[in-house]
Amino acid sequence: METVVDLDAMLFEGLCRMGDTTLVLGHRVSEWCGHAPVLEEDIALANMALDLIGQTQLWLGLAGEVEGKGRDADMLAFRRDAWEFRNLLLVERPNGDFGQTLMRQFLFDAWHQPMLKALEGSNDPRIAEIAAKAGREVAYHLERSADLVIRLGDGTAESHKRMQTALDRLWPYTGEMMTSDATDRALSEAGVMAAPDTIRPQWEAVVGEVLGEATLKAPEGAYMHKGGKQGTHSEHLGHMLATMQWLQRAYPDAKW
Amino acid sequence: MYAQMVKSEATNEDPEKLAAFQARIDAGEKIEPKEWMPEGYRKTLIRQIGQHAHSEIVGQLPEGNWITRAPTLERMAILLAKVQDEAGHGLYLYCAAETLGVSRDELTEALLSGKMKYSSIFNYPTLNWADIGAVGWLVDGAAIMNQVPLQRTSFGPYSRAMIRICKEESFHQRQGYDIMMKMAQGTPEQKAMAQDALNRFWYPSLMMFGPSDKDSVHSAQSMAWKIKINTNDELRQKFVDQTVPQAEYLGLTIPDPELRWNEEKGGYDFSEPDWSEFFEVIKGNGPCNAERMEARQKAWDDGAWFREGLMAHARKRAAAKVAAE
Repeated sequence: METVVDLDAMLFEGLCRMGDTTLVLGHRVSEWCGHAPVLEEDIALANMALDLIGQTQLWLGLAGEVEGKGRDADMLAFRRDAWEFRNLLLVERPNGDFGQTLMRQFLFDAWHQPMLKALEGSNDPRIAEIAAKAGREVAYHLERSADLVIRLGDGTAESHKRMQTALDRLWPYTGEMMTSDATDRALSEAGVMAAPDTIRPQWEAVVGEVLGEATLKAPEGAYMHKGGKQGTHSEHLGHMLATMQWLQRAYPDAKW
Repeated sequence: MYAQMVKSEATNEDPEKLAAFQARIDAGEKIEPKEWMPEGYRKTLIRQIGQHAHSEIVGQLPEGNWITRAPTLERMAILLAKVQDEAGHGLYLYCAAETLGVSRDELTEALLSGKMKYSSIFNYPTLNWADIGAVGWLVDGAAIMNQVPLQRTSFGPYSRAMIRICKEESFHQRQGYDIMMKMAQGTPEQKAMAQDALNRFWYPSLMMFGPSDKDSVHSAQSMAWKIKINTNDELRQKFVDQTVPQAEYLGLTIPDPELRWNEEKGGYDFSEPDWSEFFEVIKGNGPCNAERMEARQKAWDDGAWFREGLMAHARKRAAAKVAAE
């Protein structure tokens, strides 16, 4: 009995890691609305943000169900404070220029896609189902972000420089995606969620191939930041939540 | 409807050709891009479609202002989908304008230099969450009034774009009304937000139809060409008649003490908006003109390296392909 309860608490944690990550990235991407470099990018970014927010509803919805305390996806998204967020640090990085937004997306998509593929094999059918649905959307995200990274890396001298700068800045936030902690290992052993370190070979293969074609070079031996998955974030997350949660916090009795 | 005060161009062409052209329009035929058309018809359409396209693009900004503050995940998703639709409308309309021989870049430059306009409505700010409801309900509602008849406009690509756009716009309007319902039935603060949004958006929405054009020569020409289907006053009246009962259902008050039902005409009598304000907004003196144009200029300037990078890569690929052959 004891182990079952523990596993539920860990599953709640694992689902928040997925849902908070899609929420924070979806929110970041949505900040571009109306400001993208071409109309097609405005459309693509809105579409991607929409996919990510839709996935958030599913992951956090299930997290609330597993937790069993009556919190739904909105309560989890809008009423938790920064230290309760479990998103990866990479996705809370500010948008920067369009190159940084795009590089962040690519480095994430290259992880997200194989991670969802692995989650499709979960022995919890609710997880497998969400992963399958999200996976169809994310396959397109990866195709798009990889293609643009190649074209801009191997574009003009300026576009190359911007993409290389973006890569250098964001690279130290990639390690966390593929580091497993005790929660990850327990969930993986129980067959419900995949351990992040198992994603590394696939991530490295895709990233290596795309960066090669893009004529970009990954920094060697870079220090890797971590802590997002355990609730220790950068200063940026608090500001995002202040914006995102404002209405819910200011008018807690309102229905929207 | 995001085209206001579009001047129609005079045409000096072979009277026989003009008469044949008019006969086709009168017979309800669609004019297609490669067919002969009067220069005035072409130029007026470029102006009108371009202004509509620009309005869709600038229109992303007041709504985008609330995407990051949407109060629930569902509301955020709906708003994202709506803004995405609007960018898509901009895209179809720029494509329709391209068939008339003007590129998207040329139109964008005309917008940024101030040579072309966008609808006055997007120069008003969105100040509370109910504004997002009001934009859907009133602004999209007013747009639909004009766009539904334009599905029958004489220029084929414009008409087909309108058919697609109208389907999505009516969905947006329902979503906007749904937000207003939630707000009007909500807490006292939410009701206050809803009333405040209606107070600020009512007259600017009436302005969207443009000043009275019943005696305008330009309008008469555009109507003969079926580029314009109804007069501004007809559409404004229709909008008021449709909207007043909706406001009553919400329990909100239209900010017009002169508003009353006129049995004889079978419609409401209502106060005209302050047209001097409208002309100031058109001239660039609205509350948000400067910010809207700055945002578009910045997006264009900051995106230059991105667009150039893509072009350079395409040239490299093409060169590599030639070298391989």
